[in-house]
Amino acid sequence: MRNRHSFVFYPLVAYAIVVIAPFLWIAGTAFKRQIDILQGKIIFTPVLSNFRQLFDSREATFLNDLYNSSVIAVSSTALVLVIATAAAFTLQRLSMPKWFINVIFLWVLIFYMLPPITFIGAWFIMADYIGLFNTRFAVILGHTTINLPLGLWLMATFINEIPKELLEAARVDGCNNRQIFSKVIVPLVKPGLISTGVIVFIFSWNDFLVALTLTTKATQTVPVSIATFAQEYEIRYGAMAAGSFISTIPALVLLLIGQKYIVKGLLAGAVK
Amino acid sequence: MLKLNRILKAIFSEKYRWHLLSLSPLIAFLFIFTLLPISNVVLMSFFNVEWSHGASVWEFVGFSNYKDLPGNRFYIPGIINTIIFAVIAVIFQMIIGFFLALMVSKITRGRVIFITVFLLPILIPPIVIGSIWKLMYGFDFGVINQITALFGIFPKDWLGSKELALMSVIIVDIWHWTPFVFLLLLAGIESLPEDVYEAATVDGVSQWNQVKHITLPLLMSTLIVTMIFRIVVAFKVFDEIYLLTSGGPGTATEVLSFSIYRTFFNEDRVGMGSAMSIGALFLVSILTVMAILLSRRRTEWKNA
Repeated sequence: MRNRHSFVFYPLVAYAIVVIAPFLWIAGTAFKRQIDILQGKIIFTPVLSNFRQLFDSREATFLNDLYNSSVIAVSSTALVLVIATAAAFTLQRLSMPKWFINVIFLWVLIFYMLPPITFIGAWFIMADYIGLFNTRFAVILGHTTINLPLGLWLMATFINEIPKELLEAARVDGCNNRQIFSKVIVPLVKPGLISTGVIVFIFSWNDFLVALTLTTKATQTVPVSIATFAQEYEIRYGAMAAGSFISTIPALVLLLIGQKYIVKGLLAGAVK
Repeated sequence: MLKLNRILKAIFSEKYRWHLLSLSPLIAFLFIFTLLPISNVVLMSFFNVEWSHGASVWEFVGFSNYKDLPGNRFYIPGIINTIIFAVIAVIFQMIIGFFLALMVSKITRGRVIFITVFLLPILIPPIVIGSIWKLMYGFDFGVINQITALFGIFPKDWLGSKELALMSVIIVDIWHWTPFVFLLLLAGIESLPEDVYEAATVDGVSQWNQVKHITLPLLMSTLIVTMIFRIVVAFKVFDEIYLLTSGGPGTATEVLSFSIYRTFFNEDRVGMGSAMSIGALFLVSILTVMAILLSRRRTEWKNA
């Protein structure tokens, strides 16, 4: 323990409280009765009525929303991983023309920077035109597209870390490109796949705008559902808090078990 | 023509089968879901699109949508608010993030715990962040008014008053994104050569002067790139605003994304919404190209 650094310790603890306190506040609110919420009570008797409202009441859709969110997040993550890894390998390691690589990466970067609302109107019209509006499939395609740039970027970075000599050795041993990909690249880039997968999953789970514009009640995701609690004439604070509480659980769990992978992914995606 | 034929033949030959197989999904996605829609937005911005009986009717109007942009009630205030929002939020994020990174780089115990805690806001759904702050900002029962009351300050309508609303959503954004800046700057600080600091310490340079004369200059390019990147991404802000204020009161928290959303989806003015989008695309592209040019020196991802 280096004591001379304890002077930085207290500001850090203070900031940690600034981060955690709002979470505790909403977690507490999730267990309050409406009357306790509206009186701003700090001391209260915890009840489960908000959660019961989410799952048990007649017009409750939350279980269905959770199902939609899970299916969409898992599918789009799988799609991003497959498409991005295969393409990143070919672009980075199979001596493609340089202009081609540059065009792809530049376009992907620009697309990543654009506010999604600028093209989501066009997505809505497309989805409506081909009859995909209000389907989970439309949202899966949307999330895959939005997360592909990051996925491609991350996988390119991770594949770059694999020494070229290994690929040459495999080629000398008679492997073709497909075999090099499945037997050398994929096993070696597994930590990178986990990083990318975790981050894309979280981003897809968290998305609000795509799901808001491409779905209605039957196919809506959890964030859309939470927003409706806040938009109704009489705001349902209890349900909003309980839904928020549940929807943060995946991120919390992933952060606790996979912090290393998340940090690696966030850094590789942005530092370049 | 002959040459093209040869190229096509080569691409579809056995030798390039893998190339074709591995790249075509990416190209298909980029073409169908990015290039095509954005071209369609360009096209629609020259039309007046009406919905009648479930079908759309297009009427060519030339540049009139663009001519109407400056007079639109929400567009210009939206752009101004977005710029104010982005610049103020990012300045605070940079300052707080820098000092947090500096402090975490100095400690030896509890690093992982601090990093884990600090990352929380960037990993939870933004709509949840909106919910959290909607609860805390509440006028009658919000915890923020309860705390300020302890200091003898009268309760304020944080989200409902014209003077405070924009500041309130900026605070939310600072809370949301400071951790991201922190993480990037921490990585930047830890990649700086350690011997420079050792030499400075031997020469008796104080900690603060080391930060001022070594860390800051060495970190400058990282700081600039992080800042531009954050400003560009701040233009995407939508979810929290949607939940907290929906752009109100009046146009106090109207941001670019929300104006476009409202025009396109609530008012069904597809042509106008498209013209607004093109304006936004233009603005963001300029910023992005600036960021790329500034970071080019540090970038070596191509064919490493």
